[in-house]
This record gives sequence, C-alpha cells and structure tokens, in this order.
Amino acid sequence: MIRINCPYCGERDHSEFSYGGDATINYPSLDASEKEWTQAIFFRKNIKGFQFETWHHSNGCRMWLVVERSTVTHEIKSVKPCHPDLQKVVENNK
Amino acid sequence: MKTRRIDNYGKINRDKILSFRWDKKSYKGFEGDTLASALLANNIGIVGRSFKYHRPRGIFSSGVEESGALVTIGSKDRRDPNVRATTQELYNGLEASGQNAFPNVNFDLAGINNYLGRFFAAGFYYKTFMGIPPLEWGKGTAIWMFFEKFIRKAAGMGSASGLPDPDAYEHAHDFCDLIVVGSGPAGVAAAIEAAEKKLDVILVEQDSLIGGNQLAENDFDNSQIKNQLENLGIKIMTRTTAFGLYDNCVVGLLERVTDHISAPNVNIPRQRFWTIRAKHIIVGAGAIERHIAFNNNDIPGVMTVNASKHYLNRYGVLTGKRIVIATNNDSVYETAHQLSEAGANVTVLDSRTNFEIETNKSFEIRKGYVPYNINGSKKIDSLDISKIEIINKSETINCDQVLLSGGWSPAVHLLSHRGVKPKWDYNNACFLPSDTKENITMVGSSRGLWNKNDCIASGIAGTTDALNRLGISKTNYFFPKPGGWKNPIQPLYEVKYKKSRSKSFVDYQHDVTTDDVRLAHREGFISVEHLKRYTTLGMANDQGKMGNIIGLSLMAELLNKEIPEVGTTVFRPPYTPVSIGALSGRNVGKHFRPLRVTPMHQWNIDHGAKMIEVGLYQRPWYYPKENETLSDSYIREASTVRKTVGICDVTSLGKIAIQGPDSTEFLNRIYSNGFSKLQVGRARYGIMLRDDGIVMDDGTSWRLAENEYFMTTSTGEAAKVLSWLEELLQTRWTDLNVNVTSVSEQWAGVSVAGPKSREVLNNCVDDSLVVTNNNLPFMGVTSTFLKGNIPCRIARISFSGELAFEVYVKSDFANTMMDLLWVNAKKYDGCLYGLEALGALRVEKGHVTAAELDGRVTIDDAGLSKMASTKKSYIGSAMRKRGVLKNNDREILVGFFPTNLKETFNAGTIVCEKNNIKGQGIGRITSVTYSPELGHWIGLGFVKGGLDKWKDTNLVGADPVRNKQMNLKVVSPHMIDPKGERMYA
Repeated sequence: MIRINCPYCGERDHSEFSYGGDATINYPSLDASEKEWTQAIFFRKNIKGFQFETWHHSNGCRMWLVVERSTVTHEIKSVKPCHPDLQKVVENNK
Repeated sequence: MKTRRIDNYGKINRDKILSFRWDKKSYKGFEGDTLASALLANNIGIVGRSFKYHRPRGIFSSGVEESGALVTIGSKDRRDPNVRATTQELYNGLEASGQNAFPNVNFDLAGINNYLGRFFAAGFYYKTFMGIPPLEWGKGTAIWMFFEKFIRKAAGMGSASGLPDPDAYEHAHDFCDLIVVGSGPAGVAAAIEAAEKKLDVILVEQDSLIGGNQLAENDFDNSQIKNQLENLGIKIMTRTTAFGLYDNCVVGLLERVTDHISAPNVNIPRQRFWTIRAKHIIVGAGAIERHIAFNNNDIPGVMTVNASKHYLNRYGVLTGKRIVIATNNDSVYETAHQLSEAGANVTVLDSRTNFEIETNKSFEIRKGYVPYNINGSKKIDSLDISKIEIINKSETINCDQVLLSGGWSPAVHLLSHRGVKPKWDYNNACFLPSDTKENITMVGSSRGLWNKNDCIASGIAGTTDALNRLGISKTNYFFPKPGGWKNPIQPLYEVKYKKSRSKSFVDYQHDVTTDDVRLAHREGFISVEHLKRYTTLGMANDQGKMGNIIGLSLMAELLNKEIPEVGTTVFRPPYTPVSIGALSGRNVGKHFRPLRVTPMHQWNIDHGAKMIEVGLYQRPWYYPKENETLSDSYIREASTVRKTVGICDVTSLGKIAIQGPDSTEFLNRIYSNGFSKLQVGRARYGIMLRDDGIVMDDGTSWRLAENEYFMTTSTGEAAKVLSWLEELLQTRWTDLNVNVTSVSEQWAGVSVAGPKSREVLNNCVDDSLVVTNNNLPFMGVTSTFLKGNIPCRIARISFSGELAFEVYVKSDFANTMMDLLWVNAKKYDGCLYGLEALGALRVEKGHVTAAELDGRVTIDDAGLSKMASTKKSYIGSAMRKRGVLKNNDREILVGFFPTNLKETFNAGTIVCEKNNIKGQGIGRITSVTYSPELGHWIGLGFVKGGLDKWKDTNLVGADPVRNKQMNLKVVSPHMIDPKGERMYA
C-alpha cells in the first residue's frame, strides 16, 4: 500500500487518492496542432525508477499533487501541490 | 476404544470436558485440545481421503502446514470446508466430518482410484479430455467444455454450503512502530527489547497461546512471558495470522475472533481482517519440519517428529506405542527421549553413519538406516528399512507409527511476498531469507537458527536493526550464524525403491508423487513454475509448506543441477487461507457500496415510486397505479407528460458552482460550443470533450451573475467532471482565477414538463410573472421564490421535448417543493414520472445519454456537429479532427423503427445488412422504448454512414443473445417534433 504525505492533510493511504498521470507533460495551447497534441496525449515514457506523476486527493482536500515515486519500490521522494503558486506557499510555510 | 491420552502430560485443562461430534458420533476432549489432538486421543486414525486417489489420510502435523487432516466444520449455512483439524480449537458441541469420501472416510467407494493410479498421473485431465484427434477435429474446445463439468465435480475437497454466510466480518486498521510476527523465543525477545526502548509494539501469534514451538516442550509455561509482555504495554494478538506483507510495511492480519467458541455473541464478528501500518516488521515465523518421500509414506500413522512432541507435551496424547523415527538430523533426539519416557517403544533410523549424540540409551539408534516402504493400508502394520547405501529388502520392523524429519524449512513466506528471493544454504539444507532494503528483519528459526539461545539473541539483534533503520539508535549488532546442531544434517529427500509400484508422496494433499515429478521432467516441464502447474505440487491448501523442497530436490537431481540452480517458487499471500467473508468484511448486501438517495427519496416512495439504482443513486423508476406493470406505468406517465404535465426528481444530476472573474473564459475553453456571449439569466446546453477529441459529458451551465455559473452534469459523470475541472485549474491553467465547488448535495432538483407546466408553476411561485414566455424564454434562468418564501432557481430547460422547467431549491426544502408542485399538477391531471418514462421521452426526441455517449463517440458521431464551435479553440478541438475520427464509415447516431411496427427489439441489438448478418455488423442499437406518441417501438443507436446512407434500405437487427431477429429501418433520431415547436411554446 502506498502512503502519500499530502502537504495539506498529512500522510494518508493511497485509497484516498486517485492516480492522475505523467506530471511532466507540458500541454500545448488549445490552438496548437494535432501533431503537438498527439505527442502530449499519447506518448509516454515507461520509466523504471523515479518518476513524477499527478495524484488527486479526491477523498481528501481535492488538491492535485505532484508525487515523485519509484515505479520499482513505490518509494516516494517528494509530494508537492501541482499549482506553482501553492507550491511556493507550502515551501514558505515549511 | 482405548484412549491414547496419558496422565501427567500436556497443558490441557482436564477439569473441563468438552464433547464433540466426528462423522456423526460423539466423543470427548478437553479444554485446550485442538480437533486433531482430540481425534488422536480418541484413537481415530483416518480423518480424510486424498484428493485424487482417495487414499485414507491421517494427521501429519500439529500446525498450519497440515495437508492430511482437512475436515468440514459445522453444518448448514455455517458449514466450513477444508479446515485444518490441527489448528481448529475444540469447543463444546463442535461438529466435524471427513470430506472427499462417500459414504465416509473409513470406507470410501472412490478408493478404487487408488488402483487406477497410473491413469491419474500429472496432466491426466488435460491429456485425456483436451485435443484428442479425431474427436476434437472441428469442434474447438467443445469436448473439454463438456467434460470439464464432470471433472470439476470430481475434483476438490470439501464443499461450501452454497448458502448466504450468516456471520459478520469486520475490517480493522491499526498503526504501530514495530510489528513482530511470531511469539517464539525470537519474537518475544524482539518485542521485549523494542518495548523497553519505548517503541509501540504489536505481537502477532497465529496460535491461541504465545510461545511458538516452545509449546511442544514439557516444562514450558508461558504465563510469566505473557505478564512481562503485557506489563510492557505490548499489544498481543493471538489467534491472528499475518497472512501477507505489502508495500510500505503494511501487514495483513486475519484475527479469528469466535472460531473457537461454541455459542459466540452475535454482536461480535467471526473474524477480523486487519490492515496494520507499521514502521518496521520483525518476522519470527519459525520453521516447518519436512517429511521424506518413500513408498506409502502417507499411511495414517505417519507424522512429523515435532508434531508428535506437540501432541505429547501440549495435549497429553501419546501418538503411538511402537514408534519408528526416521531422520537425517539432530532435532529428533529430545523427542525420542520423551516418547520413550512416556512409555513408547522407540527406534530411531538416522541416515547418517558418522555422528555422535548423547542419549540415555532408552531407545535404539540405527545409524545409516532409512525407511523405504510402509506396509498397511488404513493403518501402519510394519516398516521396511534398509541400509542407505543400497536399498534392499533387508529388514521389517513392526510398528504402529512412523515419525519423519527430513530437515527444517525456515518460514520465509512473508519475506517472499515482498519479492525477496531466499538463498539456499548447503550446510543446513534449507532456504534462508536474504537481506532486504525494506524495513523487514527475519529472526529466530525463520532465519535458520535451531537453538533457543541463538533465537533469543537474534530477536534482540533484530530489534537493534529496527532501531538503527528507524534512526533511533546507532548500535552495532550481529546475528548468530545459521544452524546450531552438533552434527551436520545429511540431505535426504527421497528413498527410492525401484522394485515396487507403490506411491511415494511429495505433496500429500494434492497426491503429487515422486513419479509425477519425474513424469513432468520427461515431458519437458522442468522449470519450477511449470513443474508446479503441471503436477499441482504446492498448490493445495498448505501451499507446499512441507513438500515443495522435496519436489525441488527431485527436479534438481533429474536435471543434474543443484537446488538453487533449479530455483524456488515464489510464495504469494495469503500464508494460510483467508475466508472470503473476511475479505469482504461489512461490504456485503446493501453495504456493498455507498447508497445515495435524493432529499425527496422518502417523498417519492410515499407517493408510490418503485426505485432503481443509477450509479450509486436510488432514483424513481416508475409510479405504478393499482395493478399497473412497469410498461403500463411508464407509457401512461410519458403520455401524461406529452398531454398535460409531469413531475420528475432530477436531483441526482451533478451540480457544480463555478465562480470567479475568469469563469466565462474557463467555460469557453472546456465546452465545445461558445459561452463567451451567454447573458446573465440564460442557460446553455454544452458538450465537453476529452483531450483526445471524444465526448466526455454533456450538461447545462446557467449564468447566474457576471462571474457565477451553475453547471449541471450527467448523473454518472458528475465526480469525473469535477475532478477534471480541478485538474485543469490546478495543473494547466494556473493563471485562471476560477473556483469550482460541488453543490450536488446542496440542491434538490425537479423537472416539471408538459404543455401545462407553466400553469403549474404559475400557481407555485410567489410572483407568477417570472415564468411568462417573455420573462422566462426557452433556456432562460431566474432566481425567485416559491410560495412560502422558499428561494429557488428555475431554468426553462427541456429534456422531454415539451415545454419544461427545471426547479431547484435548497435540499432542506425538497419535500415542501414536491408537495407544492404535486398539489398543483394534480389540478391538471398531471402525474409523477420516473426514469423509465424520462427515457421514453428523450428517446422519442433523440436526446443522447450515457448509453450513447459511451466514451467512443465524437461530437459528429452524436449528430451534434453544430455544437462544435469553429470560432474558438477548446479542449479536444485539435484532436477531434484527427484521421480516424474523420473516417466516412464512422457510426453515426440514428433512430430505428421496426419494419413491421408490431415487432419489438432490445438495446444491444446488432444492426446488419440483409445478406451479411455476422460479426459486429454495421451498427448497434443503444436505447429502445415503446413510443406512446408513435404507437410502436423505437430505438436510438448508431450505424456506419448514418441516416443518409441507409434511409431507404431494409436492415436486419440481430440479437443472438436473445435469439431474435427483426427487420429494421433507419430514421432520423429526432422522431417527434423535429423543429422543437413544443419546447418554445
């Protein structure tokens, strides 16, 4: 069982969260080409080791989080809010 | 019948006599007995029949590794099959019976299988019933499918009751610093050391008593240990098995709360399924004694040496009078002493020739001797023994019991659950646990330590390891070296005697013999994983706890390899069986999943509603009058809506408040149609696409104020849409100043539909002017008051195609609103209508729902191209134009009529061309209803190329599931009032 240390709620079980996806995608602008969107939507790296991924604390504070997790051991290195402004707030409150 | 119970032995309570029934006969036992010890005390040797050959089987062990004494406990709905008699505590009135036998285990008709043994070798069923040409030619797997039914019936051990489980089970959670699995000397030492260092400790023991294998010692008393553990504040959980280890130091426990009680309190659960989240895990799960494979090594009366020690010292049962012990190691000699002291005539056969052991000479030791055949069928008559060098007919010993010890296997199972492979230790002939980076430490004999003092030292070292890893201390420690016997073990897994056709068992319960392993090898199943699956070695209840190593060693010998080169199979949870009841806990029946009801749920029921589940929601399905059936009722309801007025609870729709200065821009990006020019006081139907251009959901958004919207979503997609909006705002469009909040529970909603709906509302609102056509035109929105000063929101939205309104009030006012509307609707001969009528109305109108928007459909497929703005970009706008979504042969939304208007059809019907009725056809019907307006059945669905391509062609609807076929014609999905004149009225 994965335990995620939500920056707002504290350490919680993964059953409170929903998995999002790759957190490193830069989604293109809405008027970008089909080619750019295809790249952003369908192409994913199959990483062995640590990767950044989004999780939604859907049965908690409803915040979207970036979780740095090992796909091999489930070890979690860091958990941050997705929203850059909120990241700063959390960082400053540490 | 003479009892085998002897005086002055055992820790049972002889003052408390318990009576129990075995195969319908009454017997007596004592408090502290297991079913197995009570059966042995009563001289009952045969307790089961084996899986394939129906050979008589007795009790092999005294613990969880039992593979012979699997019995059925209880009766009727409390019948529990395949219970290990060795771990079932005796209680007054316990009812048990043997299984896999007819009429009973003493005389079993299927025992004939024993003589047909050579036909039942590994792979028998597959070879015989699969792929035998020419029977199989052209029949696919039909033959197998036919025989499988009979094979299933013949296979298996006990049978389940087939009745609903009357017991309650519970899920529970706990946290701790350290969890210690096993209460033997190592586990107890670890727990005490940790508690003294102020750790919060849970100690788990599968037995009813703490002590581990010390319970087999004659002078062991656990009361002092128990006091010490309790005084240190350690949480002791007995009758609790750690069945699995999971990521992040999560341990799964099964606590058997009432399985040992004759009349349990109905208010406590039978079993508890625990999820423990620890910071460190110490496993002191002990080791399991192995048997030795040789001819007829399964005759009742064969047992492990350690088991007989348990029965003697814990239960006061001397399991034999003339006992032969066969061993290859030092561990048996203390038991030999004690058995002979207790009055048995004991002979030890030790396969080793050069070794020294101290004894009091009360029993004979035959050095260099091994057993090779047991004579007897239902009990042991005698044992053939031989010098180990050449197995030859040399000597027969008369005896009534054969005790085996082929060495000990550390219980590395829990570590194996974490993917840690054990390593083979040649010196001790066993697999030892490897180190892991995870916070798990193995202690005691589960790391191959055979002496008590070593075990205690390893427990303390284990806790030091835990403290270091948790960053609490930095202390040096060391573990004692594996082993601890004076003389080394001599590997001995099988004694081969070629001049016999008797069976030599590796896995007792699944009847896997040494010949089966050799057969698997001959036929190429040489990988451990193939061996296991081909012979079913290690796949029985005991999961190969006793026999796996023997099977491995045989395969290693055949391959001319060493055991570690052959490998070991991976142990997976659960360590011992976990009942399905415990897995489901309280999530059964109505508690299987959450139940959602609308605030007017009771009101609906009081007014005659029959309910239906939609997702988690209970929604009114139909409101039958007197003897009306579902179809009578919905046809009447739908007709009434078209004729006058109807009222329908639509609260289950998702409702989201969208607020903030950038709300308009936000909606404009997520909906495919334009929202930038929507005025305050107006609503708009919108479609959301996914990133990949497929339709996600549809709904309406109402502009309540400059920067405030009220969005509705479909019932099923509400949660998904909210998460999606939050994702966009928190991850992609972080510059937008918008807040989204679910208000689904806060508002109760109702649809008032039909030509008289305005009149009804006129009578319900404070100011009747607000609902005039001028003040509230089609898609108009107003915030106003119902009579009685109830604030409400009204939008003129139509799903039915009639003049219609959606009215929302705060949930607390739901019943008041319903009363008010219903009183007034009745004045116009209106009705309450449910989901079935709602469905009929929307199908007539060609409105899509989840049945159509199934995650494969584009906006063009749904015939809603007009909803796709060309003036802006939005989510999905780039991708909806990609190649495959633009193909000419995409399935497009259409309506269907049966060619013969008297015919019916069902959703799921496959649409085909007349002369090509096969496969997936050219389309499908997704929704059907009887149309009261048109007077016949109609459907919505999809067909390749859409209406233009097929409007004049006769098509065929194929419904192979219901064995139906009908002629169809394709029509416009807008089957009534295509111009929408009624909605605008």
